[in-house]
This record gives sequence, structure tokens and C-alpha cells, in this order.
Amino acid sequence: MNVEQETGQKEMELNPAQTKEAMDLQSKTPKVDRENRETVGDVRVDDPRMRCTDINVHYGDKHAIKGLNLDVGKKEILSMIGPSGCGKSTFLRCLNRMNDTIDSCRVTGTIEMDGVDINGKSIDVVPLRASVGMVFQKPNPFPKSIRENILFGPRIHGLATDKDDLEEIVVNSLKKAGLWDEVKDRLDQPGTGLSGGQQQRLCIARTIAVEPEIILMDEPCSALDPISTAAIEELMLELSESYSICIVTHSMQQAARVSNRTAYFHLGDLIEVGTTDQVFNAPLHQLTEDYITGRFG
Amino acid sequence: MNNQQADTAPRRAIDVINAGMDRRKRSEKRFQLLGKLSIALAIGFLAMLLGSIVSKGYSAFQQTYVKLDVHLDAAKIDAENLNKGNYSGVIKESLRNMFPDVSGRREKIKLYSLVSQSAAYQLQAKVIEEPGLIGQTISIWVPADDEVDVFFKGHINRDIAEEDRRIKDNQIRWIDHFIEQNRIEKRFNTTFFNAGDSRNPESAGIWGAVVGSFYTLMVTLLLSFPVGVASAIYLEEFAPKNKFIDFIEVNINNLAAVPSIIFGLLGLAIFINFFGLPRSASFVGGLVLTLMTLPTIIISSRAALKSVPPSIKQAALGVGASPMQAIFYHVLPLAMPGILTGTILGMAQALGESAPLLMIGMVAFIVDIPAGIFDPSTVLPVQIFLWADSPERAFLERTSGAIMVLLGFLVLMNMVAVILRKQFERRW
Repeated sequence: MNVEQETGQKEMELNPAQTKEAMDLQSKTPKVDRENRETVGDVRVDDPRMRCTDINVHYGDKHAIKGLNLDVGKKEILSMIGPSGCGKSTFLRCLNRMNDTIDSCRVTGTIEMDGVDINGKSIDVVPLRASVGMVFQKPNPFPKSIRENILFGPRIHGLATDKDDLEEIVVNSLKKAGLWDEVKDRLDQPGTGLSGGQQQRLCIARTIAVEPEIILMDEPCSALDPISTAAIEELMLELSESYSICIVTHSMQQAARVSNRTAYFHLGDLIEVGTTDQVFNAPLHQLTEDYITGRFG
Repeated sequence: MNNQQADTAPRRAIDVINAGMDRRKRSEKRFQLLGKLSIALAIGFLAMLLGSIVSKGYSAFQQTYVKLDVHLDAAKIDAENLNKGNYSGVIKESLRNMFPDVSGRREKIKLYSLVSQSAAYQLQAKVIEEPGLIGQTISIWVPADDEVDVFFKGHINRDIAEEDRRIKDNQIRWIDHFIEQNRIEKRFNTTFFNAGDSRNPESAGIWGAVVGSFYTLMVTLLLSFPVGVASAIYLEEFAPKNKFIDFIEVNINNLAAVPSIIFGLLGLAIFINFFGLPRSASFVGGLVLTLMTLPTIIISSRAALKSVPPSIKQAALGVGASPMQAIFYHVLPLAMPGILTGTILGMAQALGESAPLLMIGMVAFIVDIPAGIFDPSTVLPVQIFLWADSPERAFLERTSGAIMVLLGFLVLMNMVAVILRKQFERRW
């Protein structure tokens, strides 16, 4: 009765991308069964930035990521969605080998970047992390001045030594991150004195100051208000014209708004990957459909 | 609807809580009272301790001086050979002139012992400075002997029978004569602060011990701070997690509880007997104290490093810093307040240590001010220990005076620790 209609209404509102035709098409097309954990969709792209093959990650005895294959394309935004604890952040950390800092973590498989396996024994993680930058969930600016925050990376990598060059890096990074106007007259004040949204944009500026080729973002907006979130999403779209971006997000609306490709994770398996449009409007796997229609998650 | 009505209204949680409030408040008041009593007791004991030390020691900062008219007889002092002049003869003559009726060897000895033995040397220094004074009669103030000093400060009761005191009746008469003629007064005791140890209390000072303590502490700081902080960084950030490292950690924690005299025995056996380093040197004392304070510094540094939020280190690593760069540029500066506090407290502990230093020989009677870290020296706590053993009455007040100086240094070091911590504190 009234109650049921309201529930039905809610289900509709969760999926604004679903049109009536899409829903009809969906209900008619047979979906891959829930028990089948094989990946569905095109994991591979032409001319990828990074190619992951047969990635397995163990935390002690727990098998966190099971046999994953995925490509990250050039100048695209790849979003990873899925319920909590399904391995999205773990996979993200594999891409710049931040899992090395966790003692109990074991990563196997190959991750190729420019044809070289970054999990190889002879690879130095330091330049890897300079070319694969990371923005964390909780903004973590260094407790130093805004200028020092941005210049730490370029200084230790020797990207510039001249005072003018360094200043140029600060200005460019802040402009690209959309923070320049707000902080241009207080570059010497501590980075921790900014608001949450500004701090996160400072962290993004800090990451792009070392000129990475891929930017990883682990739920970058989860600690921010809607307006800051909108600013950062706009920033992401701009950045994707020069960089590849991988973003983990709990918000399906965000994934729908910004990403080119979407990957759905479920309990350590990559269930489905494809263009954002296709995954949200016509998912091929039953588990994907369950998640995006809000049946669980 | 139910047929059976409940006899009482259903129990509300808030009523039960309110009923128990009185009991809770009473037991909290009792606990607070106990706390206040404990603090009062602690403060009481502290006040007693400080009071007894200060009351005994404040008079050590004054020294009695006697004014003598000395005739610098050219016969006694040769202008060509000022060092070998008979200055003590000059002083003795001046005393005889003041009290011409004194006769007999024993009485004369008592007369001469009114002034300090160092008076002759002070006169010598004055004549060497101004040789033109030879032949004239001048007035000089010289330090009084320690028995006179103690009597003049009022520590000896005149009414005690003469056999029971060291200062005799004839000496008291002479002192009264000085008082009438305004020839005796108390001045600030600079000797206490700039002289080394001496058998004569009026010539004894703590400066030798202070310099010895300074050198020892410098060696300790320069050795234990880098080694301690580096060990803490290694154990906290780089060491693999295996049984061997666990074993090392357990041993470091245990070393912090080892009695300090054991470190002295180690110093004696290894540094002095095996390596042949000079006995009683500040350097060896510093080495022994380094071993003693290393566990303290390592443990407090590790705690400080652990307290730095891991997000800072992750951010640094994410930008492509190597682990060493992440630690030196970001983690270590943030851990500095805790590390410095632990270091200064460790130094304050080392400053007050005497047992391990006794073992390596810093208990000798050293009169010279040490010029370097390999010269024999003593430290302030050991100096206090030596003076406490001396029989002279004047050393009693000087022991307490030295204790006051030592406590002053310790309070100063703790204040520096607090200020440094506040200075480096950052919020994140």
C-alpha cells in the first residue's frame, strides 16, 4: 500500500541513471549468476598505462584479492566501487606498492607499467611512488607551511633547485589544484590551518607537484562536505585531461559523475568492469545489479 | 487489556540512579580527601627536606674575614724574589702587634690560628701585584680560620665547657676584641664558588667538582644522544620483527632497571683495566654514565616516535620519499619534544649519580680544577659525599651548600626540559 509505494519510490531515486527503457532491457537480459565470480566485461584496454595480471594479495591468512586482472588506461578516470572490505583500497595500494609498508601483506602477480613489472625485485619503490601519486582518504598535509608541503617532493627528487623554479612549481601546483586563489597570500602559514576541503586540495597539489603520471585517490571526498566534494570532482575531470586517475569511492553517484570506466569489486573478486554508462545502466552480472540497485551494500 | 494491574509503577532507570547518587558522591569525596592528604604529606616531607638543607647550608655562602694591619718589612720580603718572601711571618708579626701580651708557644699557636693558612698566599698575591707596597704598613682583609668562622656565625654556644669545644676561651677573647674594633665581618663567600677542594674548609670550593660534572655530562650527552636516538629510530622503523630483535628490546628494558653501581664495575673492568684509560677522568665517567642513560633515552625516544601519527609518514612515502627521508624530514621533527624531554631527564639523572663514579675512581681528593676531559676530576655528588665524611664543623654547612647548588642545577635542567618541550610542540 502506501508503505510499498514509498519503498518503490526510494529504489527509483537511488538510480537516477536508470531510464525506463534501460530497466526494461535490464530485466529482460539474462545476468551472470551470483555464484559465478569470474570477471565480466573488458578488463583490457588498448595502450594501457598499467596492466595488472593475476594479482593475489594476502593479509596473513586472509586472501584479500583473488586472481585479479585489470588495465588502467591513459587519460581516463577509473573508479572502483563495491561494499566495504572488498579489496578496493588494497588493490589501489598495490599500484604504488604502499602495501610494502604493511608487514603482514603479501602481493603476488605482475603489474606492468611501461612494460616493466613494478613488483620485480630490482625495482626501487621511491621513483615508482613519484610517478604514481596517492591522495589519502583523510587529508594529511604535513605540519609545515603550505609552500613547504608542496616543495618537499620536488626537493627530494631534485626536480628543481633554483628559487624561481621552486616558486613556479608552487604556483602551478596550487593553480592546477584549484587552491591558488584561496591561499596565495598565506603560503607561509601551516597547511594544517586550512579547512578540510582546502587540506585535501593541498594534498592533491602536493601530489601533482612531483609530476606523476598516474594519480590514485582513496575515497578522497569521504571526509568532506558536498561543496568541497563538488570542487574536487571538477578538479578530477580537469586533471584527467593530463593524468590517469584511479579513484576508490563509496558513492555511486560520484562514480557515475566523474569516471570513464567503472570496476565493481565484491569480497576480493573483480566482478565486472566496463564503461561507466554500461555498468550503471546495463550491468552484466547479477551481483553488480544487486549493488547498484541498493539490495545490499 | 491486562486484567492484572502492576502494584507499583514500572521502574525508571533515572530513579535508581538518583537513589545511588549520595553513596557515589560520598565515596568520591573520600577518594578526593585521600588524594589531597597524600599530596599534603608529600609536600610536607619535601618541605622538611628542603628546610633542613637550606637552614644548614645558607651560611656556607658567607665567609668571615679579619682585617689585619701588616707591615711589609723589607727584611722579610725581598723585592728581587717576591715568591720566596716570608709572608706568613709578616702576618704572624701583625697578630703579635695586635695582642702584645700573648706569650708562650702554645698561646701563640692559638693566636696564629685565628686566620686561615691561605692568608699568607693572598698577601703574596697582593704584593706581587703591587711591589711598590714593600716597606709600607697596609690593611688587608684575610679569611678567618674555619673554627673562628663557625664561631662567628653563631654555630658554637659560648656556654659549653671549654673542654667540649675546639675554640678556646682566649681565642674567644681575641675575637671579641676584633668585634669591638670592627675588624671582623662576614662577606659573600666567593671562594666557595671559584676554588677547588681543600683540607681547610675556608679555602674549599665546589668549582673543581662543577667543572668535573660539566665535562662528564658533556661527554655523556655527546655520546648517548646520537647513539640512543639512532637506536630508537632503527628499532622503531627499520628492525625486522623477529625473535632476535625481541631479545634486544627485552634486554634494553631490563638495563634501565640495573643498579647504577654495576655500570661502575663494568667501567672499572673494561675501560680502566682493559683499555687502560686514565683513572678518575671525566671521559671515563662520561662513558660509564652513557651506558647508564642509554636505555632511558632509547625507551623515551621510541615512545615519542610511536606517538607520531602514521598518516604523516604515509603522506611522505606517497610523494616518493625513501623511508630515511620520511623519518628525518617529518617523523623525527614531530617526535623531538618527547625525545628532548627524555634526554634531559636522563641527563638530570646522570648529574646526580655518584655510585658508578666511585667505582672508577672519581672519589679521590682532587684540588686542581680539571683542564680537560682526561684530567683527574670529581663530580658534585661525589664532592658532597666526601665533604659529608669530613670531621670539621665548617664542612657541615658547606656540604649543605653544595647540595643546594646541585639541587639548583637539577631544577634548572628540568625547567629547560619543560621549556624545550613547549617550544617544539606542534598541533596536527
